[in-house]
Amino acid sequence: MRIDCNAFLGAYPWRKVPGTSPEALTRALDRTEIDVAWITHLPSLFWRDPTEGNAWLYETARAQKRFKPVPTVHPGLAQWEQVLADAANAGAPAVRCDPLYLGLEPAGGDMRVLAAACGTARVPLMLAVRLEDGRQRHPNDRVAELPAAALRALVRSDADVRLIVTHADRALIEEVHFGSTPEEARRIWWDICWLWGPPEDHLATLLETIGVERFVFGTGQPLRLPETSVAKLDLLELSPDQRRAIESGNVKHIASA
Amino acid sequence: MLIDVHAHFYHQRTPRADWRERNESRLTAGRKIGITVHVASILGSFGLTSPTYFPSPRDVTAGNDALLALQRAHPETIRGYVCVNPNYTAQARAEIVRCLDAGMIGIKLAASRRADDPLLDPIAVLALERRVPVLQHIWQHRRHDWPGQEASDAVELCTLARRHPDVAFILAHIGGGGDWLHSLRAVRDVSNVYVDLSGSGVDGGMLEACLESVGVSRLLWGSDITMDTGWAKLRYLETLLAKDEIAAIRWKNAARIFPPGAFPSD
Repeated sequence: MRIDCNAFLGAYPWRKVPGTSPEALTRALDRTEIDVAWITHLPSLFWRDPTEGNAWLYETARAQKRFKPVPTVHPGLAQWEQVLADAANAGAPAVRCDPLYLGLEPAGGDMRVLAAACGTARVPLMLAVRLEDGRQRHPNDRVAELPAAALRALVRSDADVRLIVTHADRALIEEVHFGSTPEEARRIWWDICWLWGPPEDHLATLLETIGVERFVFGTGQPLRLPETSVAKLDLLELSPDQRRAIESGNVKHIASA
Repeated sequence: MLIDVHAHFYHQRTPRADWRERNESRLTAGRKIGITVHVASILGSFGLTSPTYFPSPRDVTAGNDALLALQRAHPETIRGYVCVNPNYTAQARAEIVRCLDAGMIGIKLAASRRADDPLLDPIAVLALERRVPVLQHIWQHRRHDWPGQEASDAVELCTLARRHPDVAFILAHIGGGGDWLHSLRAVRDVSNVYVDLSGSGVDGGMLEACLESVGVSRLLWGSDITMDTGWAKLRYLETLLAKDEIAAIRWKNAARIFPPGAFPSD
């Protein structure tokens, strides 16, 4: 089984991206033999109230069993606790909050309160380091990338919070992982979509130094080709158990904990 | 057959202590992907004794020698671009002649001089004489100078290509960072500029835009320093295109612009 924990639906504001509809995503899942996709409503990440995309997200996920909703929470808006409660009640495998897109301090008071609430609700908090390569972004797309220090601060801020971090590169992962206690590091999972394969072998190195159990399968589609994450795994020398852990086992463990 | 038109190898006179592992990793991954030939370059000392994109003449020669040694060690799978710094015209031309005579099959220009600079003309003239393509490092839509490289963009490469319409120029790594759409608009009507698909970028819509801009006949497959992304792009293209179109991107277009006999079944 292969679960993509990092997928989006809906248009991207900064450039034309094909394949953003539910039907197109389903075709992409078929093409790349992905069984399940955790989905977030992409346009609303850029709205003043990103939670306004959640209703559509839930409805879309109900209509397609291969989709699991990852709704967005904005801890700076009133009633955000209800958004988190709704997510927990709906069986969402995680909630997403990308603080810099919302104009929030990435490890400020709002984010720490959200981290604690996610810990209490036993709902993992998902954050993206970036959505696109910084060298190619639209001139008006000036949101900073999520810094490693913020991730270290968030995981330290609450003993129960669990983080799923997407679009992270090797340097950031190493800085956060080895800048955390073993107990803290065990509450962070990293998706593989931004990690380089051979000949630099960043993913292979991290699997060796940090451990297979910390990595989950994610693609960032449709902003990125989902074939990339599959190709990364195909280029590794993994045992069937290791591959299963990355493709589905680790993420199932997060969702069931 | 699958030709990687944008590969790099390292050697012992670079900052990379792991240079052997990286070279071996490329060859191992190449076997898994099914790469028939890696067409590679070595950019001098990659920063050890002169900057990667401004390599000194001595480092250029050392890097090219290391690549020639690799080509001799792997005669079936490695071919070389001779890397030169156009600021040293006489040395660059002599180095091109030396390395092509020794079996290299193309010319690599890093970012030592803007692509539309007249200093590139003597190199283009030599490329025409020897019937080899020129792979030009490109920062897609460079808006300003960056430390470490005098990066050129597609507009500048097209200026050079128009001055030398019978030379094949390869616009490097369309997925290598920067505004690829800007490059694709620029190269659309310049028929002697080919687009190399390498780079870590795997943006949804980029390959469709490449096909729309230059068509199948001017696309070349490559990996640069992320072979996983190269393989992913190939896999995706295989779902979009007919078999003969894929063959063009995999190797037939490359076979057309590199010298006859450069590749095994060519």
